[in-house]
Amino acid sequence: MKKILLLFFFGLFIPEISAQDYFPNNESVQNKNNNYTAFINAKIYITPTQIIEKGTLLIQNGKVIATGTAVSIPKNCLTVNLEGKSIYPSFIDIYTSFGIEPLKKGSDTERNPLYDTKRTGYYWNESIRSEVNAYDSFKYDQSKSEELLKAGFGVVGSHVQDGIARGTGILVALNNDNKSKRLLSDKISNHFSFTKSVNTNQSYPTSLMGSMALLRQLYLDENWYKNGNATTTDLSLKALIDNEKLVKIFTTEDKLNSLRASKLGKEFGFDYVLKGSGNEFERIEEIKKTNLKFIIPINFPEAYDVSNPYQADRMELADLRFWNQAPTNLKVLSDNGIVFALTTDKLKKTEDFRANLLKAIKYGFDSTKALESLTTTPASLVGKGNEIGNLKVGSTANFLITSGAIFDEKTILFENWVQGNKYVVNDINAKDIRGNYDLTIDKDVFKWTISGEINKPKSELTANSKKVNSKLAISNNWISVIVNPKDSSKTNFTRLTGFVEDLKNLSGKAVLYNGKEVKWSALKTAPFKEEVDSTAFQKANVIIPITYPNIAYGNTQKLVQETLLFKNATVWTNEKDGILKDTDVLVKNGKIVTIGKNISDASAKIIDATGKHLTSGIIDEHSHIAISKGVNEAGHNSSAEVTIQDVVNSEDINIYRDLAGGVTISQLLHGSANPIGGRSAIVKWRWGLSAEEMLYKDQPKFIKFALGENVKQANWGIKDPTRFPQTRMGVEQVFTDYFQRAKEYDASWKDYNSNGKKGKTKAPRVDLELQTLVEILNQERFITCHSYVQSEILMMMNVAEKFNFRVNTFTHILEGYKVADNMKAHGVGASTFSDWWAYKFEVNDAIPYNGALLHNQGVVVAYNSDDAEMSRRLNQEAAKAVKYGNISEEEAWKFVTLNPAKLLHIDDKVGSVKVGKDADLVLWNNNPLSIYAKAEKTMIDGVVYFDIQKDEAQRLSITKERNELIGQLLQEKVKGTPLQEPNKKEKVEYNCDTLEQ
Amino acid sequence: MRKLAITILFVFSVSIHTNAQQTPAQKQTKSILILNATAHLGNGKTIENSAIGFKDGKITMVSDSKTMQTSTLFDTTIDAKGKHVYPGFIIPNSTLGLVEIDAVKASDDESEIGIMNPNVRSIIAYNAASKVIETCRPNGVLIAQITPHGGRISGTSSIVQLDAWNWKDALIKVDDGIHLDFPSIASKSGSWFEPGNLTENKDYNKQIDEIRAFLSSAKAYLAEPTKERNIVLESTKGLFDATQTLFISANEQKQIIDAIQLAQESGIKKVVIVGGFEAYKVVDLLKKNQIGVFLKSVHEMPTKEDQDIDMPYKMAKILVDNGIVVGLENSGGKERMNTRNLPFLAGTCVAYGLDKELALQLITSNTAKLLGIDQQLGTLELGKDATLFISEGDALDMRTNKLTDAFIQGRKIDLESHQTKLYEKYKIKYNQQ
Repeated sequence: MKKILLLFFFGLFIPEISAQDYFPNNESVQNKNNNYTAFINAKIYITPTQIIEKGTLLIQNGKVIATGTAVSIPKNCLTVNLEGKSIYPSFIDIYTSFGIEPLKKGSDTERNPLYDTKRTGYYWNESIRSEVNAYDSFKYDQSKSEELLKAGFGVVGSHVQDGIARGTGILVALNNDNKSKRLLSDKISNHFSFTKSVNTNQSYPTSLMGSMALLRQLYLDENWYKNGNATTTDLSLKALIDNEKLVKIFTTEDKLNSLRASKLGKEFGFDYVLKGSGNEFERIEEIKKTNLKFIIPINFPEAYDVSNPYQADRMELADLRFWNQAPTNLKVLSDNGIVFALTTDKLKKTEDFRANLLKAIKYGFDSTKALESLTTTPASLVGKGNEIGNLKVGSTANFLITSGAIFDEKTILFENWVQGNKYVVNDINAKDIRGNYDLTIDKDVFKWTISGEINKPKSELTANSKKVNSKLAISNNWISVIVNPKDSSKTNFTRLTGFVEDLKNLSGKAVLYNGKEVKWSALKTAPFKEEVDSTAFQKANVIIPITYPNIAYGNTQKLVQETLLFKNATVWTNEKDGILKDTDVLVKNGKIVTIGKNISDASAKIIDATGKHLTSGIIDEHSHIAISKGVNEAGHNSSAEVTIQDVVNSEDINIYRDLAGGVTISQLLHGSANPIGGRSAIVKWRWGLSAEEMLYKDQPKFIKFALGENVKQANWGIKDPTRFPQTRMGVEQVFTDYFQRAKEYDASWKDYNSNGKKGKTKAPRVDLELQTLVEILNQERFITCHSYVQSEILMMMNVAEKFNFRVNTFTHILEGYKVADNMKAHGVGASTFSDWWAYKFEVNDAIPYNGALLHNQGVVVAYNSDDAEMSRRLNQEAAKAVKYGNISEEEAWKFVTLNPAKLLHIDDKVGSVKVGKDADLVLWNNNPLSIYAKAEKTMIDGVVYFDIQKDEAQRLSITKERNELIGQLLQEKVKGTPLQEPNKKEKVEYNCDTLEQ
Repeated sequence: MRKLAITILFVFSVSIHTNAQQTPAQKQTKSILILNATAHLGNGKTIENSAIGFKDGKITMVSDSKTMQTSTLFDTTIDAKGKHVYPGFIIPNSTLGLVEIDAVKASDDESEIGIMNPNVRSIIAYNAASKVIETCRPNGVLIAQITPHGGRISGTSSIVQLDAWNWKDALIKVDDGIHLDFPSIASKSGSWFEPGNLTENKDYNKQIDEIRAFLSSAKAYLAEPTKERNIVLESTKGLFDATQTLFISANEQKQIIDAIQLAQESGIKKVVIVGGFEAYKVVDLLKKNQIGVFLKSVHEMPTKEDQDIDMPYKMAKILVDNGIVVGLENSGGKERMNTRNLPFLAGTCVAYGLDKELALQLITSNTAKLLGIDQQLGTLELGKDATLFISEGDALDMRTNKLTDAFIQGRKIDLESHQTKLYEKYKIKYNQQ
């Protein structure tokens, strides 16, 4: 015991002085310490799975020299007896901003969007900061390092958390004593994200899809630069090339973004390590399929204070549910065999780390896995598996000394050794004075109970069964107590001090309020007994089952294809058979198999459709629902490089609402902020499946173009516009210019492909934007063009004709009726609103007869929504073609089914009720064009994704679940858990004009 | 069908020389009888084969055509067999005529700056010749409450008919009510692109106190006006003597409860809740105090993911079933041009459970009642204004809402608009090819 005490003082007062051997030393004589230190009789976790009972850990000069049960201890060795205690490798957090000042937001003085970069010698986009090295701005942060040491960390990775390409990170040991040894690597990792730099006023990218396109172009440019094709110097690309061997850590902060980053990386052959957000469990199957490794934060949401029902009412079920489920994330990840490291990132306080991790363990996360995710996994993710994260011979002596199993709630962390330097978290020699005593101060007698934690004991004092105020502290085995024995309203305090020697009999000196010194002693009458709280408070909450998506109306399991036989329906075929009464339709294997009378099929589930109407699913040619983070890439006047397919949001409730309105397919379009917008996604609303699974298979390629007020920024409130074009005259020039360049780009590649490869010419730069435009010229990609007034409609057709292609669809096209004949001649279709007008100047001549006039001229006409609300009622919109212009009901119905299918070039598979076509069907309780119609079943490929009866049942279960969760949250309030105010994430519903700032 | 085409052509040829705005109808000199239509009286009742007659702008006959008294002679009889007659639809809380084109600021007169503007009056800014107005009439919307927006107390509304030369000419009821936008319970954080959370509006109680203070000082002023006239406080007089209604925009249940409490303690007699998205949660309170609701567009989306997906569609039914007087309004995005879809809002309520004739009341008699013009408008009843129309079919359904005749105070109004004219113009273009 004495020895340890000595060592303790030694360690505390004589830190390792030696710096690097070649450093000058002006402070003392050379005093190099080559002594060994042996920790004996400890349970040693060499790795999370390699454990030695009662073993020895021998270290020297910050390295592990030996471990085992039969280690021979050299003579020049300090020995520490750790009987009953455990040694673990110290933790590693490879995702921090330790020692790096957060960047300040760039000045907002420039209200106008900025397009060009202000930098010289770097990549054109200021969010590409691959040239940044964290080391250049690193400053060791002593107080933060102590927070981390207390939480058990010995090594951290750190980088500048800003921009899309963020540059390199460093690896630092939290060695507070030795400056020169701290830096383990000045370049350990290379970082990426989807988030723009806060340090730029540059407009591009304004959207997530823009960030993704930017990264793609960046990697292409990197290759091109590497092959010596550039004529200028680009330090960003150069840095990217120099650092390409480093592990690429991609900050996604969301499950869907993780899938997106994974997809993007795989296109270039990269396996990113993904820094997630804690919601991975919500899409675990897809997360697993990425085959990537993760860094996972454990900032579980605080419980909500739902005691005020009015406030609580506003909370989304999904948020309440997420609070309940979040602690299971680590278990779910680990159960699925996903390799991940843990991080303290996003925690309000570093000290919450342990409590949250213990919570995850309480919710089923395996403690060995927990240890791996803090030691061996992060070490190997940054390629340091042989040096840190374990206590194998030769590894760095980073380890923790604990009182017992590290993830036991009761366990105390005593010391955190980093590179052989000790950091004391809790006094290892502290004596346990807890218990019941008879205390005598002078002549006064008290009953004394000491409870609480060993290092933070609590004191309860009574005299004649009356409570006496007292305060107890213990430090270095010195007790100090303040007692107010007489009258608590007076300041007559007595102070006790004493060194703990005999645990059965504490004693020392007391200083009374009047300054008189007397003796005190306390005789132990009973040992301390831990109170075990076995009430409901300690139990884990009942976990709500996950649904897909994990929000209200999500499905608990994957829905399956059914064999269905609709009997006696009124069938709107959209084919030459017209509307068939009392007709049966058989659906099998996702296809329409038979249409006729008296069909029977033994395997089919029969649906009595008497009095009901069966139609093909509604197709919304122009929709913006279910898009993540930005419908417009408004940063440039052309953004042909971006694609909505990158950002389909499978978790949007609007999908379900659309299904309830009979919509089965939508074209998700880029907005109309620029003349050349982005590429589209055609989706089938397979509610519950992933975004990738929603994409229409082998879909025709589309891109959004736009004309008029939006693209000339007429209503943006910009005082001094700098973006070309600002007039319709300029709009034409943008198209002519881009198509001309695309033509030349195509020619240069053709030239290179036929001659260049022989070495005559250098490879042209791959340009994703021009590449897309070439597809248009080659008639491999169709244009859906936002348009309003007749002049611009004619212009667009003219430009297309000049470049020998045809515009596929004019969307909005509210003045199409004025040039219907020209449109017919050009061969373009119209996807319009039934009756919108008056919302801006260019729709002043819009008339609700537009659809009828165009239709009557032989133009293919569709009605679309451009609006999350209206897309739920497109059947009502179609009926307006009957009202305005006397279109027959049969034809009007095609405006929202067959005609949009034609415009999208998917009418070979969908858009009508025809044998062999996809079973995308809707059963209505009434004529679908009637205001009184409701969809009762909506199916896609024979899978019923909306069923009005199931919907009823879901409402009941939503109510039940809400009540369960509210109950759990109220329990938290009663427990005294820290709470947060109820709040609700607000959602942006996009339309064409939605701009991002 | 052919008949309709001929009618349209006929109308077209008559008015081809007029300007974009069609001409307000002349005073009706004749008495008119609409015979054999199905009459939807707007009070919940229908008469098949009806006889609806009017003279001097007022309805003088509402009867079954078989049992009608033949003693009354009408100058003109319209045979409307197979057709339907309705009282003119009424749009409350409307900004028709206050804004012409949403995105053109110069055409926008809907909201004044400042917080307490009861003295600001919509009627003087009302553009009776707005091109938007003439597109509402062909769908049956003939009456509107023109309402200022913005601020806390937005201003004073007036009620107009939609076929007039100017605002004076249009007036049905001047300065009918004052509009209060009740403080919101939640406040938004973050930018609008990346919205943060909706959190508690910390100033909620303070903002209510401001209204309370304003109303009590108005009351005090009105009890004994000071020498210096205060035109702001003075303009609230009608609230306290029950000649004006206080229309309170409030959607959340707590807002509604607080709003009613505030109105009552301030001595305001007539209150209508506008918006009322969560009115269904406080039906007892509304019923007890006989407070009606102008429901926010029932075509809006649910406000939460976990709400019943058809909640807005079925709200009217819930309220009506509980004995609340409900009207429909449609403020919000594209509200003016969407006025013509008012009948279809009512139709949607039918799809979600409400009886058809009760749904009709949401845009006729109930609204008239809540606006205090039910003595004059809202139903086809004797003595009321002959503000009504004939539709080829069910006017709550898009397919059949096709007006053949419409009358405002007996005047046979033009159902053309610049839109129908453009339609005809381009039909001619293509017929010539």
